[in-house]
Amino acid sequence: MADKHVDELSGVETTGHVWDGIRELNNPLPRWWVWTFYACIIWAFGYTIFYPAWPLLTENTKGIWNVTNRSVLKDELAVASGAQKVFVDKIAAMPVAEIVKDKSLSEFATAAGAAAFKVNCTPCHGSGAQGGVGYPNLNDNDWLWGGSAEQIYTTIAHGIRDTGDPDTRVSEMPAFGEMLKPEEIQNVAAYVADLSKQPVTSGDPAAGKEVFATNCVACHGDQAQGNRDLGAPNLSDAIWLKGSGEAAIIAQVTKPKHGVMPAWTVRLGDTTVKELAVFVHSLGGGE
Amino acid sequence: MNIYTADQPKKEAPGATAEDVVRHDAEPVNSAKIRKPLYEARKKIFPKRAEGRFRQFKWIVMLITLGIYYLGPWIRWDRGPFAPDQAILIDLAHRRFYFFFIEIWPQEFFFVAGLLVMAGFGLFLITSAVGRAWCGYTCPQTVWVDLFLVVERFIEGDRNARMKLDKAPWSFEKIWKRVSKHAVWLLIGVSTGGAWIFYFADAPQLLLDLWTFQAPAVAYLTIGVLTATTYVFGGLMREQVCTYMCPWPRIQGAMLDESSLTVTYNDWRGEPRTHGTKKAAAEGKVAGDCVDCNACVVVCPMGIDIRDGQQLECITCALCIDACDGVMEKLGRDKGLISYATLADYNANMALATGNGAHAINPNIVRDADGHFHDKVKHFNWKIIFRARTLLYMGVWAAVGVGLLVALLSRDRLEVNVLHDRNPQFVLESDGSIRNGFTVRILNMIPEPRVISLSLEGLEGATMKINGMDQPDSRSFDIPADPDKAVTLKVYVTVPRDQLHDDEQHFHFLAEDKSSNEHDVYKAVFNAPADVKNKDHH
Ligand code: SF4
Ligand code: SF4
Repeated sequence: MADKHVDELSGVETTGHVWDGIRELNNPLPRWWVWTFYACIIWAFGYTIFYPAWPLLTENTKGIWNVTNRSVLKDELAVASGAQKVFVDKIAAMPVAEIVKDKSLSEFATAAGAAAFKVNCTPCHGSGAQGGVGYPNLNDNDWLWGGSAEQIYTTIAHGIRDTGDPDTRVSEMPAFGEMLKPEEIQNVAAYVADLSKQPVTSGDPAAGKEVFATNCVACHGDQAQGNRDLGAPNLSDAIWLKGSGEAAIIAQVTKPKHGVMPAWTVRLGDTTVKELAVFVHSLGGGE
Repeated sequence: MNIYTADQPKKEAPGATAEDVVRHDAEPVNSAKIRKPLYEARKKIFPKRAEGRFRQFKWIVMLITLGIYYLGPWIRWDRGPFAPDQAILIDLAHRRFYFFFIEIWPQEFFFVAGLLVMAGFGLFLITSAVGRAWCGYTCPQTVWVDLFLVVERFIEGDRNARMKLDKAPWSFEKIWKRVSKHAVWLLIGVSTGGAWIFYFADAPQLLLDLWTFQAPAVAYLTIGVLTATTYVFGGLMREQVCTYMCPWPRIQGAMLDESSLTVTYNDWRGEPRTHGTKKAAAEGKVAGDCVDCNACVVVCPMGIDIRDGQQLECITCALCIDACDGVMEKLGRDKGLISYATLADYNANMALATGNGAHAINPNIVRDADGHFHDKVKHFNWKIIFRARTLLYMGVWAAVGVGLLVALLSRDRLEVNVLHDRNPQFVLESDGSIRNGFTVRILNMIPEPRVISLSLEGLEGATMKINGMDQPDSRSFDIPADPDKAVTLKVYVTVPRDQLHDDEQHFHFLAEDKSSNEHDVYKAVFNAPADVKNKDHH
């Protein structure tokens, strides 16, 4: 066994290891391969000098470049908002009605408004702005306070029944349960239900018309078409904020519920409110 | 030696003397005396210039491939004022790929995938038919190493001069030659990296920007990286790239069969090799055709001896064929001692020359008395290329190609895609009608502005409203479409309640270029509340 074993076929010396009769050839590695390996080690050490790496007792080394995922994100966000600045500055300077007419500006504002909507508005109005009972659907073409971009902007900016904002939109339907008799309420409910072609079961629409003429026309109008200056809803259409059907109408007339929306300018700033207005205006019901 | 191989020592009887102890005839495997280096330095190769038909062919291939690569981006192709006039352009910023009359949008990337499939099958086909022809003739590594060797030979001379220079001590001449060689190599590297980036932007403009330092940093970075790889792979690493880094030499084992042509040393006529035939004849020995001149060894860019048989390192560049043919011609013998041959033919001829393995090679058996090859000797035959396996590869390759061609000729240059609003699915309007929202995307895929008419087909009573278009609700809109761009529209479709009869009604969006009659249709659904179905009952 003194002689080193040499593989017959290749003429290469073997390492002496045999597995199931297979011997391992002792071929040296190419030297450049080892250099590459050393270069990688040096690279790795260099990396730990420049980047955060070594764990210490309470924190870790920061690296002399002081770069982290967070700092990278911060830089990228700064670059992104720098790129947006052209649009944002224009939006800040222009009235909403003008923004809607500018193609590229309205595209930007719609996208920005959609993002702000997701964060701030979905809890009440839903992620698709479809609302719910008591919370207006913003997709349809029925508007309590007006559906032009400018009117929507004012509503969002000052809110509705927000006691903190002097310019807030206020309307208050009296509780007719204290002023009218139950059958009068039943009849007036029957009258409005009939106006919007809903089935009438309990009340008398003709009698209700009288009640409506004396008590309701002041705000809702003689055709029950509503009044946007007062935030009084149109009662002759298919859309019912507080629920359709006689029972829901009776409940609302007897003891009305009043929704509240905060004034958003204080919280989000004027530009974002403009963007929100453009977005809501684009949802299909905008005027 | 280790526990797997160690001999079991014999048991000693107690009371034995030192003389009785069995002495092992052994040497440590790991003694400093015999230890081999763990890492081996690259052994330098000085390939000699070859001459012959394969070398000629390789020059032509080199000219064509390098020509395509360096000049490709400079070819102009007029596409009108709204598209770039560069014949081959990968426009990453605008996500377009231009190839002469073909323009590819990102969603048509399957064309590129199809081309890659064809390239794959083409490689299988070529390899199973003629071995590693890709490696030997067209692989960029081979082509650029060839180019680098031209430079090396021009500056330092052919094999012997280069070997002498390599051994010589440093002198002014050596420094001058080495510096100029590496400088030219680096120059080739720079122009190689430079040519690459021209495929990604308007070449003349980019060249100007590069010179005036106006080009984007990534352009300089790319040139830098490609200069480094070209210089290192082509100048310094050369055959090491093929032997250690490239996967293809490994895969080829599965691609070759006994009918594939490979560069083969025909030892059935070459062995036993001998320096002097006359002397051998006088001694009564048989002599093969090989005169052991090593011409095949000195030309080999991989530094191997083809006479050792087929090897992983061999890139089948066929330069050894040229070298050997030259020698055979001088000696007045048949060419083809080294030749393209299949393993099947080689084995048959070997069996003939060795009497089916009964004796050593006797090259006299393969020849008749007049010196011509015996009828039984198998020679290269073109028909071998057409066999079941290669025909199958050819079939798949051609099928993919025809499929792509048909797809290319029949593809639409006008497309409409529609996304139905899901949240909310439908909206009740104050007059009781139902509205659905859609995002409609019209793709004008030609480099000319057009007016595309978008209209509704089916869905009685429906009208459209489009955000940003000053036009009353209607069933048809004329949309101005910018050249080579997609238009995204927010479209609201409204149907009066009394015209609805189902909660799911199917209809079509039709996009049409009225001047060319090109059109595309998208099947869409109109959603409504379920109670529209029962309206007749109340
Ligand atoms: S052995 Fe011949 S074919 Fe193979 S790489 Fe060397 S010269 Fe080229
Ligand atoms: S060139 Fe031909 S004759 Fe010369 S060694 Fe090579 S195989 Fe033999």
